[in-house]
Amino acid sequence: MNWSDAHISDVLVIGAGLAGERVAIEAAMNGHRVTILSLVPPRRSHSTAAQGGMQAALGNVAMGYGDNPDIHFEDTVKGSDWGCDQEVARLFCELAPVAVRQLSHWGVPWSRVVPGKRTLPDGVDIEDLQEKAGLIAQRQFGGTAKWRTCFASDGTGHVLQYAMDSVVIKLGVAVHDRCEAISLIHNGDTCFGAVTMDLRTGEIRPYLAKATVIATGGYGRMYGVSTNAVINEGTGMAIALDTGVVPLGNMEAVQFHPTGIVPAAILVTEGCRGDGGILLDKNLHRFMPDYEPVKKEIASRDVVSRWMLHHIRQGFGVDSPYGPHLWLDIRHLGPGHICTNLREVHTICQNFLGIDCVEALIPVRPTQHYSMGGVRTNKHGEAYGLKALFAAGEAACWDLHGFNRLGGNSLAETIVAGMAVGERVADFAGEQSLIFPFSLVEEAMAAQAQRLADLRSRKNGAEDVFVLRRRMEETLLNNVGIFRTGADLQEAVTTLQGLYERAQHLRLRSSGLGPNPELLAALRLPGMLRLALCISFGALQRTESRGSHYREDYPRRDDDHWLKRTLAYWKPGDPMPDLQHEPVNITELPPGSRGYGEMPIEAGD
Amino acid sequence: MADRLLTFSVFRYNPITPEIPPRMQEYQLEETMGMSLFIALNRLREEMDPSLMFDFVCRAAICGSCAMLINGRPGLACKTLTQDMPDRITVMPLPVFKLVGDLSVDTGVWFRHLNVRTEAWIHTDKVFNPKSIEARMDNPTAQAIYDAERCIECGCCIGACATANMRADFMGAAFLNRIARFMIDPRDERPTAKYFDVVGTDEGVFGCIGLMACDDLCPMEIPLQGQLAFVRRKMAQMALKCKKSA
Repeated sequence: MNWSDAHISDVLVIGAGLAGERVAIEAAMNGHRVTILSLVPPRRSHSTAAQGGMQAALGNVAMGYGDNPDIHFEDTVKGSDWGCDQEVARLFCELAPVAVRQLSHWGVPWSRVVPGKRTLPDGVDIEDLQEKAGLIAQRQFGGTAKWRTCFASDGTGHVLQYAMDSVVIKLGVAVHDRCEAISLIHNGDTCFGAVTMDLRTGEIRPYLAKATVIATGGYGRMYGVSTNAVINEGTGMAIALDTGVVPLGNMEAVQFHPTGIVPAAILVTEGCRGDGGILLDKNLHRFMPDYEPVKKEIASRDVVSRWMLHHIRQGFGVDSPYGPHLWLDIRHLGPGHICTNLREVHTICQNFLGIDCVEALIPVRPTQHYSMGGVRTNKHGEAYGLKALFAAGEAACWDLHGFNRLGGNSLAETIVAGMAVGERVADFAGEQSLIFPFSLVEEAMAAQAQRLADLRSRKNGAEDVFVLRRRMEETLLNNVGIFRTGADLQEAVTTLQGLYERAQHLRLRSSGLGPNPELLAALRLPGMLRLALCISFGALQRTESRGSHYREDYPRRDDDHWLKRTLAYWKPGDPMPDLQHEPVNITELPPGSRGYGEMPIEAGD
Repeated sequence: MADRLLTFSVFRYNPITPEIPPRMQEYQLEETMGMSLFIALNRLREEMDPSLMFDFVCRAAICGSCAMLINGRPGLACKTLTQDMPDRITVMPLPVFKLVGDLSVDTGVWFRHLNVRTEAWIHTDKVFNPKSIEARMDNPTAQAIYDAERCIECGCCIGACATANMRADFMGAAFLNRIARFMIDPRDERPTAKYFDVVGTDEGVFGCIGLMACDDLCPMEIPLQGQLAFVRRKMAQMALKCKKSA
């Protein structure tokens, strides 16, 4: 390798979504030289796709009066089915209001409170008071006792990312877009940075830093059908797992969003239901009150998705060439509301369904959406197992969400974790001097150069990367979904093991020169299969139901045996992950009833 | 539409292999129900030519990654349905931007440069106080800012702009809209004179020759001509004021 290719900074942030940029800003404001790596320009990150909003207990609107971080905390813990770290949840709920207000200071056009009386779609009369006029408006989301979700129409992620990136630009933080971290440089004790590939040229370079932060988001595209962007392939989680010493937490906790449109699998926001939209079956019957008399359509996502699929299994789905679906009905909210507060939903329905949702029903089905699991960190965002490695946002298992994340808590997590972890990163980088063993960097570079050379030589093996990948996608989709059984999960593990073995023998059809897409797919696939095995094997081992992890053969939560977090390690050369467990940190609220999702789903559905 | 055989004529050039000149390559695909260019191009790559380069991210027309020339017009490939197209579909990279390879162009660097040049962030002397509640804003103002902030920096208005195609220094509709967004934001304390230096020039709002392709082709349907007119009016007022006081 050529040492002049090395890029050195104080802090290296991998991923330029909201979490990554917020960490970078905190470090830069503390005087550190920061480099952000990103697969795409920051403003194309998947964070921009978030629609509905960000939870923070401001208590600005009529249905949110009296809200405070205590209530937000309780909602979050119940939502997580007691799987979250309560110390983290507490810190998060206290800091979220500050985060929202700081974003306003940075230019986010939050929708604002308009005082006056109005009647909600369910007939309740409310009045927003004059004294709150012009403060940040809030809407209802699932699993919350108060209206708490701050929003900017339904393009909240977009405006947050643009405001955040404007601060990154203002501070002069270096952003290297079209760059992918393909392995971490470490000695089993400390992380020194990453080997990265330039996606403009296909060349690799070492990026060295005092502190490295993984903020690469989720892995949704490993499921054949997902609301996620095509860049969400779990690359950051995979390179952390690849070290052999950093574990991934709770990978079996996978969120399915109730309302992905059919067939495009594009999200329409939970705000549709929060604002009064309802779910209908093939008989145009509103079925959610039958299952959840209190919360109806706005129980937590795991619960609503489960009932939707249950209802489809009972034969009440609407048949379509793409399989059965249900209807989301927002027509009664009226064009005035839809064309302002649900404007992007309106556009998505026009673009991808060819319908006007002011007048037509929206075909929806629960769709893979979010990963509660990720790089396991402590409450400061420090990764287990390696010094100088941090993680934040969806890529991390911090662990704010436990086994089910509340809507509106992911945008909030990216920013709040960005602040909190960023502060720790800044302190850490301030205490360290930059040291790295030359030979270690050269070895890490040589190992990756060899991988590339092997693939480009097209000598070993005969396996097609796209064929194996599609098989992985189908396996997760069919066997590791909303309803899980021991038999299905065992089959998934066996299939994925076979695919992982075959993935050692990939052969490119094209030359693999430069930033060749087939080469990139081949580089990523083994890591994706390792993640898929962590998910499936973790789900097989966890013989209980908790939050989004629902075992038909073990339909009850089992706090006696499973009030613990799965930690998946992958020792170099092993064919399978090594699963360990740790207790869940419960400081305030002991396990109890969630207040929804209690009705048993009958066996033999 | 059933049983249509579509012909895709795709621009190919990879800077890694400059000895192979730029060319159009043809592929054929059976049309399927609801097929978009996102689906079609991915099938071409996976089934026929795994070296084919193009950019998609959100595939939901909200991230701005996949702008290209589709039968000669700039548009987002992800929301272009083949059922709305003839049997023969030509796709080329967006002009003005630097080519990465095949259909992929470098919009990131271009937009970052313009964001730096126009200082596209809130300018204020106020210091954030974490202990106080947020400053109030009336909702119509917030909505007006949101309307302009919906721009996804896809580059369609730049690729479609005659001035931008002729002159590398023209900032184009995306940035004049961005300027308008900050002008109406009460949190930004920049005086109009400050904007004049940036956009009251030929590189800015006076470079527009009024062909309005930006307005016609914006995938977010942002009223760009209205935004340009707003900025132009502000600049003209500013110029008159300067003249009077001179």
